[in-house]
Amino acid sequence: MSQALIELVKKNFPDAVLASHSQLGDDTLVLKPESWKAVARFLKDDPQSDMSMLTDLTAVDFPDRDPRFEVVAHFYSLSLGHRLRLKARIGDRDGETVELDTLTDLWGSANWLERECYDMFGVKFLGHPDLRRILLYPEFEGYPLRKDYPAEKIQPLLQYRDEPGIEKVAPFGVDEGMSFGRQTHKYGIVAEEAEPTRPKIITPADN
Amino acid sequence: MGELKGTTTSILEPGQTSGFATTKFEALLAWAQKYSLFMNPFVTACCGMEFMAVSSPRYDFSRFGSEAPRFSPRQSDLLWVVGTIVQRQAPILKRIYEQMAEPKWVLAFGTCASSGGFYDNYACVAGLDKIIPCDVYVPGCPPRPEAVLDGLMLLQDKIQRGDRTPGIVKPRIDPVQAPDTALVQLRRSRSSSPGLKP
Repeated sequence: MSQALIELVKKNFPDAVLASHSQLGDDTLVLKPESWKAVARFLKDDPQSDMSMLTDLTAVDFPDRDPRFEVVAHFYSLSLGHRLRLKARIGDRDGETVELDTLTDLWGSANWLERECYDMFGVKFLGHPDLRRILLYPEFEGYPLRKDYPAEKIQPLLQYRDEPGIEKVAPFGVDEGMSFGRQTHKYGIVAEEAEPTRPKIITPADN
Repeated sequence: MGELKGTTTSILEPGQTSGFATTKFEALLAWAQKYSLFMNPFVTACCGMEFMAVSSPRYDFSRFGSEAPRFSPRQSDLLWVVGTIVQRQAPILKRIYEQMAEPKWVLAFGTCASSGGFYDNYACVAGLDKIIPCDVYVPGCPPRPEAVLDGLMLLQDKIQRGDRTPGIVKPRIDPVQAPDTALVQLRRSRSSSPGLKP
């Protein structure tokens, strides 16, 4: 069935399709970015495809390819029960201009999906009514799911506590802990007898 | 009623069923505080399921005087941080902590709240002690209800002692101390099996 869908798109947009494959029921069309929205509009409006639902929209980062990013959209037809996946390869190597047309005016669900895609990959959807970060905070710099974002880099929204060695405080004393420590302490006020000790700070030199 | 130790005098007249005891005021106050912990559950993730298990009748931490949940921080003494804290939640958690009235205690429930766990990435705070001071850490993913009860009892112990240094719940059985546990035997049997050696 969906193989026919691929043929339908190829017939109507002979210049738009770069590649297509169909494997185990997964039918995929790789489109030119210019015709992204036209093909999507056709798939929604044509009675033979009738894609009433945009299930998912996300991106993939291939740092070694030249159109570096691949935006992937999944469609489903509620009336006809078939699915189709569209891909578009966009973006230059340094990831500065990564742009694609928005699908927000065709499917309402594209709004948040494209915002998430912008949040994580920095894909700018042209014509989106409200393109800002959806999961992260506005102070965040960079796009965390890009392959060149350092895996361990954090950008705390709230300043960490001003405590020496807060990066690596051992959270317990030597004899703390329920099963071993509890019996060693006397009940009552210990302030006069034993000064409460701060936990040992582990420094990189200790390791 | 719980025990009140460290009393200096206790007088029970012969033939009477009631008497009196004298103690230090701080000890009495700490004894009252540790058995009336009003808790504010800050539940963000899957550890919440285990929190429900601890609060429901089979384990039932209300036996330890920690019965009443208060969903307003202004009415609570003990903040249970249950689950992963992401960077966007950090200001909320700090604000809730600051709204609580003194004296207040914080319990980190689970590995994520204690240290971030395996969420070593852009989104998560590696342990709530980066944001607010913490009294008791209960590691585990999620911790067993027994470990949580151990943590609660450890906190009560610390309140009684007036000790604010952070404490951690250790496993009841230390594998080093008890080499005959099933886990150690399993590891030994695996390391000695010829098929798995490199």
